[in-house]
Amino acid sequence: MADTGVLETLLQRVEKVDDGVDSLDVATSLGVDHQVIVGAVKSLQALGDVISAELRSSKHWELTEEGTEIAEQGSHESRVFSCIPLEGLAQSELMKLPFGKIGFSKAMSNKWIRVDKAHEGGPRIFRTVESIEDQVREKLFLVQKGNILLFSLTVKSYWITKGNSFSTTITKQETELTPEMIASGNWKEKKFKPYNFEAMGVAPDCGHLHPLMKVRTQFRQIFLEMGFTEMPTNNFIESSFWNFDSLFQPQQHPARDQHDTFFLSDPAHAHQFPQDYLERVKKVHSEGGYGSQGYKYDWKIEEAQKNILRTHTTAVSARMLYKLAQQKFTPVKYFSIDRVFRNETLDATHLAEFHQIEGVVADYGLTLGDLMGVLHQFFTKLGITKLRFKPAYNPYTEPSMEVFSYHEGLKKWVEVGNSGVFRPEMLLPMGLPEGVSVIAWGLSLERPTMIKYGINNIRELVGHKVNLQMVYDSPICRLDS
Amino acid sequence: MPTVGVKRDLLFKALGRSYTDEEFDELCFEFGLELDEITSEKEIISREQGDTKASGASDVILYKIDVPANRYDLLCLEGLVRGLQVFKNKLEAPQYKRVSPLSGEPQKLIITKETEAVRPHAVAAVLRNITFTQERYDSFIELQEKLHQNICRKRSLVAIGTHDLDTISGPFTYTAKPPGDISFKPLNQTKEYTATQLMSLYKTDSHLRHYLHIIEDKPVYPVIYDSNGVVLSMPPIINGDHSKISLKTKNVFIECTATDQTKAKTVLDMMVTMFSEYCAQPFTVEEAEVVYPDGKTCIYPELAYRKEKLSSKFINQKVGINESTEKIAQLLTRMCLLSQATGVGDEIEVEIPPTRSDVIHACDIMEDAAIAYGFNNITRTTPRTYTVANQFPLNKLTELLRQDLAAAGFTEALNFALCSQEDIADKLGKKISEMRAVHISNPKTAEFQVARTTLLPGLLKTIAANRKMPLPLKLFEISDVVLKDETKGRHSTYFPGRCADIFVRGKNVGRLGVLHPDVINRFELTMPCSALEMDIEPFL
Repeated sequence: MADTGVLETLLQRVEKVDDGVDSLDVATSLGVDHQVIVGAVKSLQALGDVISAELRSSKHWELTEEGTEIAEQGSHESRVFSCIPLEGLAQSELMKLPFGKIGFSKAMSNKWIRVDKAHEGGPRIFRTVESIEDQVREKLFLVQKGNILLFSLTVKSYWITKGNSFSTTITKQETELTPEMIASGNWKEKKFKPYNFEAMGVAPDCGHLHPLMKVRTQFRQIFLEMGFTEMPTNNFIESSFWNFDSLFQPQQHPARDQHDTFFLSDPAHAHQFPQDYLERVKKVHSEGGYGSQGYKYDWKIEEAQKNILRTHTTAVSARMLYKLAQQKFTPVKYFSIDRVFRNETLDATHLAEFHQIEGVVADYGLTLGDLMGVLHQFFTKLGITKLRFKPAYNPYTEPSMEVFSYHEGLKKWVEVGNSGVFRPEMLLPMGLPEGVSVIAWGLSLERPTMIKYGINNIRELVGHKVNLQMVYDSPICRLDS
Repeated sequence: MPTVGVKRDLLFKALGRSYTDEEFDELCFEFGLELDEITSEKEIISREQGDTKASGASDVILYKIDVPANRYDLLCLEGLVRGLQVFKNKLEAPQYKRVSPLSGEPQKLIITKETEAVRPHAVAAVLRNITFTQERYDSFIELQEKLHQNICRKRSLVAIGTHDLDTISGPFTYTAKPPGDISFKPLNQTKEYTATQLMSLYKTDSHLRHYLHIIEDKPVYPVIYDSNGVVLSMPPIINGDHSKISLKTKNVFIECTATDQTKAKTVLDMMVTMFSEYCAQPFTVEEAEVVYPDGKTCIYPELAYRKEKLSSKFINQKVGINESTEKIAQLLTRMCLLSQATGVGDEIEVEIPPTRSDVIHACDIMEDAAIAYGFNNITRTTPRTYTVANQFPLNKLTELLRQDLAAAGFTEALNFALCSQEDIADKLGKKISEMRAVHISNPKTAEFQVARTTLLPGLLKTIAANRKMPLPLKLFEISDVVLKDETKGRHSTYFPGRCADIFVRGKNVGRLGVLHPDVINRFELTMPCSALEMDIEPFL
């Protein structure tokens, strides 16, 4: 805070005039540096509406060092002229002088001097006129080529006038309401310093939930609200049998390659399978049946036994549907949100591990229209009401549909999920009744999270390299707005 | 999804009309294709190799169209056009016919028993009086490549060879010989090589070296000869230069060798159905006879048409629409599944052509009816399924604990389940053999060696990556770990005298304590660290 003396002096100056004062003038008249007055202005502004200070800038021209030199001693050429006596001056002598070189050529072009090249003792310079006018000196605003004589200086000053709460005295301002003030009641006489809304306060100490998990909680909530029961997905390891074969995905399918799936070296194989069911799966792949041509290839148990990190949670859905088929059929709605693994090329939006959201409904007579209806209900809870469906292909669903929603910002349709009706070759070997249809859909958890929280690179969301500040700062998750 | 690149203007010419990009995109959406990219050869080269290499390249607009992985009949311009024209009711799907040769015997392909050890199956056919243009030729080559990459599983299941029939003479012999005994001038080479030499030669070929492993270590390599000993090809690697196809070729001999008989037949059918369009008698394919080692013979291509009967009720019920039997038959016909009402109740007879090998069950037919109807024309309905939801107890407990851990001032981390062996053993002062961890085969990097057996390393790595954050750092994670079986209590992770096991109702459920300084160092941390690890399943 500036010296109170300066503040009060300034206030007094302002009081005396009708309009206002210029800070530069005040500084000059008080004999202080302008910055002192600027400081005083700022301090007074912090007190509230005591003064009004309008920032003004003015340009002044100032002479450079050389310009100053010329102003004091005359231009180079006039100095050359004045140092040449009646009898002339040897050119070599002239060139020794600091202003000699430039001054010589200028004086020559002004025809103030002449050179007698043939003079004995070397070229000699003589005056040609009696007197000269040093116009340069007079006109210091000419900027010579390569020589800068002036520079412009922008000076900021304040035009200070009385504010709404003008007073010549400065009262101390309180920063806080205290218990004593409340008890004594003397807060009524106090003035309180205005809040600085530009400054951040100290954040309170607290814990934080991870944004991806916050989104997961919301999706979980949506499924529970829709009557879906959560599937047990606490097994990252799965056999190829449940992950692929039971879903009618053929053993030669590219997704079962080393470069798409993580295979285990230890334990490499699974051995416990429901034998009868396994035989039925083998048959439908290799020979057909249940109304299907099948794939007509040699199905190998060794392939089915290979342990992997599950590539989708649909493997769990298969287990649950098989379990359901072992008792009298009741309609079910299942969901899961859990981690899956893909051994694919990694980039800004793809990691080897991500979370899949899956919903399944099994009942008699479900139609494709029903699937669309369920999807409509689900996505409405996410605030998405405009949906379009596109024919797609999955080995285990037929029909299959990609789900698109209209993005108002991008003004185009973007894919928000995948869905379909499970194939009879998958359901009938399990033992599910013929009239039962099973519809399902899925999407990734990471994608809506990245959109919601404005994150472009998935590595900034998941894994140990995540910036904890992002987790600290992430707002609550509201999916429907 | 496989991608097919077609010249836009060529496509529009064949379709009989132009589309704006938006209109074509919409058509693709309806049909189940995706217009993935609109580009040109010049743009592609510019992007991959820089602008200077691109100058002089073609500016012609290319459409890159994504095609469903099971639709081998849409993998070339010819198939796309045919599919779309039938879909738009502009064309009737052609009837593909296998015909006998106009004169003489059919071409013969004799398979010897030596092939059994390496690549037992083969099929063949002839395209008679075909006319190639540069575009048709390019498309012909490109389709082989696409089929090789997809259904042929990079030539390991099936390999296609196409030959100028007028440069060779049958009967052809498909046999297998030791590599040293095979010698021929391969495609685009100027001299003869033995098969052994070719294996070395192609090791540096960016395209062919990926296929060498299919036969490399076998005692005998597959090879096809004509009656004069001219080598047609050494599948699945390379064809002979002698029988190569040119723009002038009029008669094509196609052979497919394979380890999967069914796929060989499908692939041959695809090749001939697509390109018989350009034969003097369009959509006719001349038969070839395959003679097996045991003397049995078989005529190819199969070009089988299959008939299936289903009811319109089935379609209506599965899709959720209500169309007449005749209307549904029309919808299916638009999908190249020629259909008619039989007149028996609401029965429809559907003819499945050889181009639709993807149709293996009535549900495939049903989907096509829905596509022709238009997915977005179907009324959305709500199932009347009544259910009461249940939470999975472990997740329910987890959610409750998460909330209270955050309320207690801890911040949630989310770490990878896959990590290095070091992370879960050495860095924690343990041996990997003690850990009973699950190991990944062929991990790409050390970060994918094992599945985590503990959550601790993930949290410590998170702290190490967030060194600049103000202290204290209080983190938590509640998630799955992967254990082969129960591990015993481990104490070398913790500072002696500054740790304890946690017992609940007499059972050890975890441990807590100050981490050992060695562990702190190994994770590149500097501050003292205390941790708690607990199994929550006993609390269910």
